Amino acid sequence: MIDETFVDLSRLQFAITALFHFLFVPLTLGMTWILVIMESVFVMTGREIYRDMTKFWGKLFGINFAVGVATGLTMEFEFGTNWSYYSHYVGDVFGAPLAIEGLMAFFLESTFVGMFFLGWDRLTRRQHLGVTFLMAVGTNLSALWILIANGWMQNPVGAEFNYQTMRMEMTSFAELVFNPVAQVKFIHTVSAGYVAASMFVLGISSYYILKGRDVSFAKRSFSVACGFGLASILCVILLGDESGYEVGEVQKVKLAAIEAEWETEEAPAAFTLFGFPDSEEQVTYAAVKIPYAMGIIATRSLDEEVIGIDDLEVKHEKRIRNGMLAYEYLEKLRNGQDTPENVATFDTLKADLGYGLLLKRYTPTVVDATDAQIQQAVKDSFPKVGPMFWSFRIMVGCGMIMLVVFVLSFYYNAHRVIEQKRWLLWAAVFSIPLPWIAIEFGWVVAEYGRQPWAISEILPTFLATSSLTTNDLLISIAGFIVFYTGLAIVEGWLMLRFVKQGPSSLHTNKYHFEQINQQPNDEQGANA
Amino acid sequence: MIFDYETLKLLWWLFIGILLIGFAVTDGMDMGVAMLLRLVGKTDSERRTVINTIGAHWDGNQVWFITAGGALFAAWPMVYAAAFSGFYFAMILVLFALFFRPLAFDYRSKIDTYRWRNNWDWALFCGSAIPALVFGVAFGNLFLGVPFNIDNLLRASYQGSFFGLLNPFGILAGLVSITMLMGHAGMWLQLRTDSDVATRSGQYGRYALLAFIALFAAAGVWVANMNGYQIVSMPDTQSYANPIGKVVTTAPGAWLNNYSAVPLTIVFPILAFAMAVLALLFSKMGKPALGLASSSLMLVGVIMTAGASLFPFVMPSSTNPDVSLTMWDAVSSHMTLNVMFVAAIIFVPLILGYTTWCYVKMWRKVTVDEIENNTHGSY
Repeated sequence: MIDETFVDLSRLQFAITALFHFLFVPLTLGMTWILVIMESVFVMTGREIYRDMTKFWGKLFGINFAVGVATGLTMEFEFGTNWSYYSHYVGDVFGAPLAIEGLMAFFLESTFVGMFFLGWDRLTRRQHLGVTFLMAVGTNLSALWILIANGWMQNPVGAEFNYQTMRMEMTSFAELVFNPVAQVKFIHTVSAGYVAASMFVLGISSYYILKGRDVSFAKRSFSVACGFGLASILCVILLGDESGYEVGEVQKVKLAAIEAEWETEEAPAAFTLFGFPDSEEQVTYAAVKIPYAMGIIATRSLDEEVIGIDDLEVKHEKRIRNGMLAYEYLEKLRNGQDTPENVATFDTLKADLGYGLLLKRYTPTVVDATDAQIQQAVKDSFPKVGPMFWSFRIMVGCGMIMLVVFVLSFYYNAHRVIEQKRWLLWAAVFSIPLPWIAIEFGWVVAEYGRQPWAISEILPTFLATSSLTTNDLLISIAGFIVFYTGLAIVEGWLMLRFVKQGPSSLHTNKYHFEQINQQPNDEQGANA
Repeated sequence: MIFDYETLKLLWWLFIGILLIGFAVTDGMDMGVAMLLRLVGKTDSERRTVINTIGAHWDGNQVWFITAGGALFAAWPMVYAAAFSGFYFAMILVLFALFFRPLAFDYRSKIDTYRWRNNWDWALFCGSAIPALVFGVAFGNLFLGVPFNIDNLLRASYQGSFFGLLNPFGILAGLVSITMLMGHAGMWLQLRTDSDVATRSGQYGRYALLAFIALFAAAGVWVANMNGYQIVSMPDTQSYANPIGKVVTTAPGAWLNNYSAVPLTIVFPILAFAMAVLALLFSKMGKPALGLASSSLMLVGVIMTAGASLFPFVMPSSTNPDVSLTMWDAVSSHMTLNVMFVAAIIFVPLILGYTTWCYVKMWRKVTVDEIENNTHGSY
């Protein structure tokens, strides 16, 4: 039988390590482009303050990047260590984008990141800018391939189950790459990273302006961040991930859960701004609804309906019953009765094999499941509505606040009065955590919302684990918690230290703390 | 499809070998450098000199390892699944050790106190010595067979323990791994540093090479006498991947079968020994560039020796030899191997190209003088 504690611990470990890793990824994704912008201005104008900006923000980028690299290693190990049946079952498809990520993107990013930090004296200005640019390209390509892999977990196209090898096998590489879910996920995720980096630079620059130190340095950084940030937040919101929720069955389930749409509504569906969803009763209490909004968000139209949980349940039950048959034939085929008729019958049923596997939780033999067990499996085929509902709203709420901050920052910066708007500068400082909160909850929506599947409609999460013991997992989880806490402390401490020092940490003798005994004069930095 | 399934399987066996060689020659060298760090660098400036020889490259070098992992996942998913979950605590240990490296490289220079830097030096040492040791131990255990089984739905389960890996032969293989990387790194440091640091690097590098020669020879004798695995019958190599369809037996000395079947393969162990001796001599003669070239070829020899001895096995099972994983049957589908092969032939030359450019741009002897005059532009 399936050991639920063991499965939950496997999921917990992956969730901890993945969410922790993704605290460091967004800044890397966005900061590389901010560095490209700053350094381009330096190369074009020759004004050294822009090189100092590139170097200083590059330092903070580096402190963050180191932990991103370290925690990223975990992600590559973990499919094999903790999800070994998953690795076998879908490695033929899922492994390819990961390997290509290494060859095409991670090599590029990592090779040039060293040159970015240590190549200043050994490269010409243009060469160094080229290095920074390639580092940014590599970083973002990395995200592309990872999200192609992740997109395939959400919407597994271009692959087929092979009973002989007992796994999914690739049928079309192009379909895998051009998976619509992967494409929208890529845009949504990288622009969220750009927002995070922009908010980081915006908030820290605001702090310097508020403290009246290195003001010309900070204002220039602020300008870059508010422009890039505004463009990025618009991109995140307008090209939201939800647009991909139309494609693929599990994406529809997610959407219904996000909206707590217990019954299919007539188009265009309303968006529940607030409420208390109750999974048992299948009602949302105290719901505050905005007419039309959900229909527009999800379908980009007024006449397509957003399908509700009631209709999905009916569908899932049919597929589970089909899946039982599929499993029956799979057993026959695996036990040598692979007659052409059996193969042909299995081929017509195999799309529902995954639904049949959901029953393994209740009966290892699948085919003898009772009606009650089937009903239970139908219930299992949805994620819990509460966490989905709230995570989505927290994400969107953070996004809306950031939109306001970026719009106002951009507006007042364009009118050159940003220094007088101290309330806005403080708002920017306190908004620094928002992109991270939004991003982490966004991942909860995407991955928790995929449950009960490891691969949508193909492989239930509880079957995807390794053959380890609960004790093994307790030990490794304890290890991860200890190590990751240590990493977070060292990283946070170092980051704060350098943020406090500001550009003085470059030791160019131009900035605040090195000017303390002389006349404080920020413009010196700008004119040097 | 460019090649038939059987050819692609062979090419992927070769390509995984190339990635492992790339890993050993580049990232393995960085690990060796970190292991030598405290021996050859006595002062902070000397240690910074050592670190800055690889400062701009360690991150790119590490991707050889990451890509080898990714390629294993894509090309040999069953091996990735069985090995990573089977060697669970060994892998977790390696992972925790590897956390130290990016941080140590990036953070060490950021604060100038003895305690801070000394701690990061130890972090670098552990972050390098532990993975080097564990990889060697894991390789050694492949020769002994790994206690795992595979059921009819192809779920792998491991029956051994972490401490079971630490058997005498496993530890011997771990020491081979450590000494070969230290020897290789000694050549690199002798070439890229000067005065005292270079002298000490050459010296310790040569000690390591001597130890490597002895340990590698001992391992060879051991392998010749241990129980090796051999295939009695197996499904057609052109047909779909089926790791549970063959019959395998064990016999003393069977790991040497390939050398009598294809006598040419004897060049691999010869290469390993000859190049180790040459590296020693070149280092002694004060020609570290040739020493480095020799030690690189030595690593090629060692990895190919291991591969050729095990061939076609990748991960033999001591629990149930019939489910041993081989490069014929633990592989991806024809299509995936093909797609990945195309990706590899496009990107590997590009990678080699821009990596070379970076090495050329950063090439110089890193001297203590330079390091002391440039405290903020280097690690």
